Amino acid sequence: MAKKNYAFYPGCSSQKGASASNFVPSIDVMCDKLDIQLNEIPDWNCCSASIGYGEGGQLSRLVLNARNLALVEQNMPGQDLVSGCPACWLATRETAEKLSEVDSLMADTNEALKEAGLNFKGTVKARHLVEVLIEDVGFDAMKAPVVKPLEGMKIAGYVGCQTNRPFGIAGESFENPQYLDKMIETVGAEAATGYEQKITCCGGALAFSEPEKSQKQIRDIVESAYDHGVDMIVTPCQLCQANVEIYQSEINKKKGTKLAMPVVYYSQLMTVAYGGNAKQAGLDGNILRPQKLLDIATK
Amino acid sequence: MSELNQKAVAKYQNNFLKEVEERVEDGEWVSMCMQCGVCAGSCPLGPHWEHSPQKIFRMIMAGKRDEVLTSDSVWMCTSCYSCIVRCPRKLPITHIMHGIAHYAHRLDVAPKGQPTRELARVFWNNLIKTGRVNELKFSLAVYFKDGFSQGIKNLMSMQGIALGLVKAKRLNPMEIIGGHKCKDVGGIQKMLAKAKEIEDRRQGYSS
Repeated sequence: MAKKNYAFYPGCSSQKGASASNFVPSIDVMCDKLDIQLNEIPDWNCCSASIGYGEGGQLSRLVLNARNLALVEQNMPGQDLVSGCPACWLATRETAEKLSEVDSLMADTNEALKEAGLNFKGTVKARHLVEVLIEDVGFDAMKAPVVKPLEGMKIAGYVGCQTNRPFGIAGESFENPQYLDKMIETVGAEAATGYEQKITCCGGALAFSEPEKSQKQIRDIVESAYDHGVDMIVTPCQLCQANVEIYQSEINKKKGTKLAMPVVYYSQLMTVAYGGNAKQAGLDGNILRPQKLLDIATK
Repeated sequence: MSELNQKAVAKYQNNFLKEVEERVEDGEWVSMCMQCGVCAGSCPLGPHWEHSPQKIFRMIMAGKRDEVLTSDSVWMCTSCYSCIVRCPRKLPITHIMHGIAHYAHRLDVAPKGQPTRELARVFWNNLIKTGRVNELKFSLAVYFKDGFSQGIKNLMSMQGIALGLVKAKRLNPMEIIGGHKCKDVGGIQKMLAKAKEIEDRRQGYSS
């Protein structure tokens, strides 16, 4: 089968040695099995994330994202821009929509883009990798390559915020989206239905600036997972993964709790279920060892 | 009072709503608020705000300029977008909160030392240097923003987490002497300078 081609926007946190560096290896096996070809956008830049608004004005943020869209339009015609990072996707999609709605902003954006030798016509669509999986691949095709079903594992599907709002996945509700649970079941594990913290905010960037307030959010997310008796939490978001995983030790230090709940990406589940080894699944990048997943990966 | 702020006060007199409508991103939506309070009840940091979005909107309409622009509350947004998807009138509340925070920062009337304001400043300055975020330098800049001795204290308290990340290859100590960057950093910086020039002209900041 011919592979489907996409312009891939990894985002800063997924680069080598960065906080989500184990995400990119974990999607290689998954994409290969599902005939998805991700072509990295040449010289892509930061989307300015959800905290860029403080110092950066609206046009500056639009221009940053328009540069990536323009690079795709110019170098990778016909391909959708796809990001695995919800913040990158959100900023890029907001930009694409805003520019197509407001002609004056498009004109101003192109005046600025000219300084970098670029121009954007508005023909590129910005999508999330999960959208590609659900809409272009589908659940049946996602199930087909499973050779090691994750039997005996119970997992809390933690969707978080930006994969889910304001755009979300078409056809899903903002309050109780089902796709992540379906993905968990597709690879043979049991989803914790009724997991109360499915769409709770982890604090986002404020984990840095408001640690106490964010860690309260994270504690709720983890403790609810324990209440459901799960083996691990799975998420589609790089910042959710990092925040919810790495601050558990801080919460334990301050509050005397004993939290040690592994937090993995959906792509790590899929890679293992598709027969990938621990390294291919990026499990060496998890700080809290997802033991059951490691056991299946090394079986 | 900053010069930009003085000019804004002189220009808009007591019409703060008009000022917000013209100068704050998505500010033209503010008067659509019907005070239902769903945003206030949806915000994850709700218990920590003095002014919920609903209150902020009412205060804008009531002309409470100083109270709104100096409010700590607009800096409490985690960008979770719960308010946006739940607002029955579809106000882009998250964007308006960001817009007010940015405007207050631009006029330099936002609360001094507000941690998220400082975080945002550090983040932006980090990303525009190379076109991509250098997480090591970003974290260090955040920890050392209140001076050297506080920085060391912050660093010590976070050393367990940092070492864990280094071990998992998710934090690279070598980023301190370079790290990832865009090839066309020059073009990106010129493009951003032009964007700021256009924006300042449109907003009436530059003469």
